[in-house]
Amino acid sequence: MADLTASAPGAVAAPAHHGPSYVKTWGILLALLVVSVVGPMLEIRVVTLITAFGVALVKAYIVAKYFMHIDIERRYVSYLLAVMVVLMGLMVAAVSPDVLKHEGKNWENRAAKKSVLLGEKKAAEAAAHGGTHGAAPAAGAAQH
Amino acid sequence: MQRPIATTRSATGIPTGKLAVWWLIASEIVIFGGVLGGYIMHRLGHPDWAHQAVNTNTWAGAFNTFVLLTSSLAAVLAHQAAEHGDGKKAAKMLYLTVLGGLVFLVVKSFEWHHEISHGMTITSNTFWSFYYTAAGVHGVHVIVGMIIMLFIASDAAKGKELQRVENVGLYWHFVDIVWIFLFPLLYIAK
Repeated sequence: MADLTASAPGAVAAPAHHGPSYVKTWGILLALLVVSVVGPMLEIRVVTLITAFGVALVKAYIVAKYFMHIDIERRYVSYLLAVMVVLMGLMVAAVSPDVLKHEGKNWENRAAKKSVLLGEKKAAEAAAHGGTHGAAPAAGAAQH
Repeated sequence: MQRPIATTRSATGIPTGKLAVWWLIASEIVIFGGVLGGYIMHRLGHPDWAHQAVNTNTWAGAFNTFVLLTSSLAAVLAHQAAEHGDGKKAAKMLYLTVLGGLVFLVVKSFEWHHEISHGMTITSNTFWSFYYTAAGVHGVHVIVGMIIMLFIASDAAKGKELQRVENVGLYWHFVDIVWIFLFPLLYIAK
């Protein structure tokens, strides 16, 4: 964009587009969307994990690479974003034991346990009443 | 004509305005990462949430994914047009992107209306608290992106400040990526 480079001294002109055309990339993304919807219908846990969450990672990678052009951006932009992802991972890793476990050596998360039991009880009641949907919560239902 | 420093300064090799957008995206990674990470942890710790998750409409979520991916295509085509100095085409593509955002919000509002009218509110269960918070914060980002895009499209149509087309596009693609992860988490993992 001639106007850009002229108005931004020292700025790097955007490199020419590389890789598949944008429309083709969009087509690939739509095909992956179909996979992510159809795959979990098989109701096989591994297939669901791969088609829903694995494909989400691939879709995000494609958007970042071909639409955001992150691979031809200055390297430190990738480092900046990667640092944020790592920090987020650290936060999740540090907090997860407290959230995932409902009891430990000297502690017990009674509210969480109660919430799980209540949720399962409601689902069982809904199933007993022949409901095809999950237990839709009544207003004011117990919170974790 | 005096031009803004975000347009004219480039101490890092990237125009300052674009660098600011990358920093914004970096901070957004932590915001959305915190919400999604929290959701994943609680979901694993509460298998009973699966009974709530079955109430989300997979087809509405899939359609909205289609809409956002298509709006991202329009955003990148706007960037391409701006690269070629074609402000009018860039503006047209940005308006199409905004239209995509509008369709997304309309579908979302129908979904929420249905869910709320069936007793699934933000206070009824922690699953729904996460659902409305994550989708709501994302929806606010869609609205903000649309508003900014309308201003930039208006300038682009006159051939002004075309570099901003790429900047708002980066933001929009990021919002799209967030939805790419929200979709399986909220709509597919039943």
